[in-house]
Amino acid sequence: MASKRDTRRLIALLTPGTLFLGIFFLGPLAVMVIFSFLTPGLYGGVEWNFYHWNYGRILGWADGDWEEFDPVYAQIFFRSVRLAFTNVLITLLICYPAALWVSGLSVRWRTFVVFIITLPFFVSLVVRLFCWVLILRPSGFLNTTLLGLGVISEPIDIIFTETAVLIGMAYILLPFMFLPLYASIEKLDYSLLEASSDLGANPFQTFLRVTLPSTLPGIAAGAVLVFIPSLGNFIVPDLLGGAKVLMIGNLVEQQFLSARNWPFGSALSVMIMLVMFLAIVIYLRRIGRSEIVR
Amino acid sequence: MTQAAESIVEVKEAVKRFPAPEGGVVTALDSISLKVQQGQFVTLLGPSGCGKTTLLRTISGFEDLDSGAVLIGGESVLGVPPYRRPVNTVFQNYALFPHLSVSGNVVYGLEVAGIKKTERDHRLKEALERVGLSGFERRKPAQLSGGQQQRVALARAIINQPKLLLLDEPLSALDRNLRQSMQLELKSLQHDLGICFLFVTHDQEEALTMSDQVVVLNQGRIEQIGPPDLLYHKPATRFVAEFIGDSAIFSGRIQNTEASPVLVTEDGLGIPVGRGPKPGDHATLIIRPENLSLAPPNPDDSVSILDAVLEQSVFRGATHQYVCVLPNGTSISATPTGADDEAFSRVSPGDSVQLAFRRNIPHLIIESQ
Repeated sequence: MASKRDTRRLIALLTPGTLFLGIFFLGPLAVMVIFSFLTPGLYGGVEWNFYHWNYGRILGWADGDWEEFDPVYAQIFFRSVRLAFTNVLITLLICYPAALWVSGLSVRWRTFVVFIITLPFFVSLVVRLFCWVLILRPSGFLNTTLLGLGVISEPIDIIFTETAVLIGMAYILLPFMFLPLYASIEKLDYSLLEASSDLGANPFQTFLRVTLPSTLPGIAAGAVLVFIPSLGNFIVPDLLGGAKVLMIGNLVEQQFLSARNWPFGSALSVMIMLVMFLAIVIYLRRIGRSEIVR
Repeated sequence: MTQAAESIVEVKEAVKRFPAPEGGVVTALDSISLKVQQGQFVTLLGPSGCGKTTLLRTISGFEDLDSGAVLIGGESVLGVPPYRRPVNTVFQNYALFPHLSVSGNVVYGLEVAGIKKTERDHRLKEALERVGLSGFERRKPAQLSGGQQQRVALARAIINQPKLLLLDEPLSALDRNLRQSMQLELKSLQHDLGICFLFVTHDQEEALTMSDQVVVLNQGRIEQIGPPDLLYHKPATRFVAEFIGDSAIFSGRIQNTEASPVLVTEDGLGIPVGRGPKPGDHATLIIRPENLSLAPPNPDDSVSILDAVLEQSVFRGATHQYVCVLPNGTSISATPTGADDEAFSRVSPGDSVQLAFRRNIPHLIIESQ
């Protein structure tokens, strides 16, 4: 039972954070949700009339016109979800073996490797992505190397494709998958693997039946941490995807900055948030709970 | 049938060295040879770092030997990985899979072996009944007490019907009462199953309670192998005598007097001993507390007398423990029973006493000639 003094201390400690989030996060969020139900103004801004066709437009029916079905925005939306999901798989497949390997190193090497993995954060994201532009463009490092080696006879089109976007996103989000995975693999009780082997499971069975389930919380945390920034990302598709690979993040950016259609941009943002919210709910219900039981 | 055919596990000249943290090497197993017979409860007993767990792990397959061999059922298991060995282990920390339920844990071995579901269910039921955990199938390990987790670990191992069950200090995490009841349960479980148990412990009481054979290990070497009563009454080395039970131990050289040989310790204490040793022998005399009593009024040749002073008497429930001090300052305990205890209880602390032991009872180890 918390005493009165404890309660007062709790309030004192929580107040700054609550106030900050209340003013600078919940406030703008409320504004955004309200805007998403307003009519876009002719020259930007909003008119204060209730208007739900911002959402209709996302689904393919713009401005209350049932006849004209054009799911271009829905397509962009689903492409974004698909790319974000693919990115989760890519980073998982890269990071899981790496994290397994690192957790087997000596403490000194482990610390060093984890430091190396966080090192890219010290350099601006835009600079790092520009390096990928230099690497992937037709006369870039990749193509000149492959041409020089005689692997290909003509430059391959890789920049401004989904592949380039996936490479870029996987690159910037790898640490977000690696760190939670590593934390959970490092915690893995080695005696469980011995017990499994003792009970007759070969290394592959042990991996499937013990290692993987035991590290599921790490996988889930990494998946959420990669999925959410992937879905809302607009810098990577902007730089590496060009005009061809538009993602939902770019669309929001365009609506706010170029098209000046704030209500539609708000509606798109709300949709993104709903999808992310769904992802987190699934995470909490499926995996988060089992972690609490432990 | 020959002995070799009956032995379920045979360890031959096993040597294992580890690099020590401070540099150099530690010899965990120093030319160990051991045969474990079918259907026995065998305990590896020794202080921590004596190599008992290493020996167990070389049998389960988690450690390789530097030289020597391990045979299971007469076949060498050199290079055979743990998951292909017909043995199962109950680990010290139980190592239950936290993400699986009790039944998931117990049938693990059957599942990876591809046993059919109907048979799995049947054997699961049987195994849980054996360890008294019926009705706990759907619990997670985290929802069980230490004793229950212990039982799950046991069920998980015995369901696979191994030729040999290895137990690595499985009772050390339990409290005293639970440990004692588990000792008896393990013993009867072993008897019922008829499979061989190889049990590692540093607790001599545990070893004496449960075992058919005890292997006493010290610094990677076997000090003595034998049934518990033999180890207690006829320890082969001073180490065994010190490690198992309470005793007063005197080392010295045998000198002959007109009556009988006398063991003279370095600080000049002379203790008459029975016939057997030759003058000049180095010998160690082991006197158990229960073998000491007050000297009778007219002692004959069959008893030896030690002059001492009673320091204190300690109430021990069924008996008293009388702590006495010998002239050379060594303290020695006596726990006489019955009339002897009554006679002793009339002595007050500070009084001189004459302690007597029957010469044919205490054990004399003759170390060299």
